[in-house]
Amino acid sequence: MTAFIEPIVGRYIHVEIDGEINRIYFEENGSGIPLVCLHTAGSDARQWRHLLVDEEFTKHFRVIAFDMPWHGKSNPPDSGYGTEYRLTTASYTATIRAFCKALDLDRPVVMGCSIGGRIVLNLAIDHAKEFRALIGLEAADFQQPWYDTAWLNRPDVHGGEVCAALVSGLIAPQGPQVARNETLWGYKQGGPGIFKGDLYFYRVDGDLRGRTASIDVRECPLYLLTGEYDFSCTPEDTLRTAAGIKGAEATVMEALGHFPMSENPAQFRRYIAPVLDDIRARNSA
Amino acid sequence: MSVSAEQRSKGPPVAFTDAAVIDAFRRIPDYLARDAVLMARGRLLDVDCLLGPTVQPFHVAIRAGAIVDITPAPVLMRSSRFSYLASPQAWAAYWQPMPPAGWHDLLSLTKRGEATLSGDLHPFIAHLQYFKDVLALPRRHGFGGVA
Repeated sequence: MTAFIEPIVGRYIHVEIDGEINRIYFEENGSGIPLVCLHTAGSDARQWRHLLVDEEFTKHFRVIAFDMPWHGKSNPPDSGYGTEYRLTTASYTATIRAFCKALDLDRPVVMGCSIGGRIVLNLAIDHAKEFRALIGLEAADFQQPWYDTAWLNRPDVHGGEVCAALVSGLIAPQGPQVARNETLWGYKQGGPGIFKGDLYFYRVDGDLRGRTASIDVRECPLYLLTGEYDFSCTPEDTLRTAAGIKGAEATVMEALGHFPMSENPAQFRRYIAPVLDDIRARNSA
Repeated sequence: MSVSAEQRSKGPPVAFTDAAVIDAFRRIPDYLARDAVLMARGRLLDVDCLLGPTVQPFHVAIRAGAIVDITPAPVLMRSSRFSYLASPQAWAAYWQPMPPAGWHDLLSLTKRGEATLSGDLHPFIAHLQYFKDVLALPRRHGFGGVA
């Protein structure tokens, strides 16, 4: 056989979340410090495929990316069909902790983007001891809405097209066209109402203003990185959030937008490599 | 960060004249007519709307994805389904080959207060990427800003 096969391995794990078994799809590669990656609202773990095959990172990290229930290849839980999906701070936190526990991960690093970046802040507030380090991409305690989410799920507007068209402007123009297309493809494939349901957490339930000051980075280091072209979670939103957390590190990433790991993997690598190096150094100290 | 908060508050680093922006906007129907793929994406769209620079809006008639008429506003008792109007400096920045951060998307312009969107938004939202790409056409055709 001469065809190239990527080293990523994908499997399903049965995870009990809030009393119900969820069949969760995850992909992984590498060995070492567990690094769990959280995708953005309305998309799935394919966003992390470049990180998953990075030969340098996977020498030292067991990189794991999972599709949240209702996303990608993780179906809704059996009781979920026919109901309106709504992600909450509590359900999101429970899902991440249950997934890490089910895989028996020892104090993993969690890196999340967008809603994943927001929930990382909540993990830092309430569950810091469970994690080795936390990385929030496009993360802030709150950001101003810029469109009405009611447009995301209605019969007279194509859900896939409108979700992709809305987020297309969050991608920096410098990225490769193919990576831009692939990032948007994930949005075109989301289930009906799922992006909107994720944004319930982002817009309504997950406002962390007034809570982040309690984060203790001595207990769990916190890194925040935001793309300069992200006008949803702006650099100013992230810098404001970081300023309220003693010891938090914030970086504004040039030529990147809201989806750094998928819209321009090479540019993102420039910024995430030093963070992962730092985590390794702390781990071996 | 290549664009600082200070720079953002000062406005886009783009030289332009209102006349050049208005002239570029008038050319959009011709640019669109030469783009069969973009026209095809709008094939189910028929709408009359108000688009353009705040200093000179245009009544735009779209039929099956083609702009069949563009007329400077105001036109007596002409109605429009929705409007998207942006400042000349916003169009000039949006049409740069590499637009500065915060000036690179129709909705980043509304968020920063450089553009307004009003009326019945259904045709705009249902064809959002079409409108983003149609209204970006001067970028692909070498908008100079001051010519």
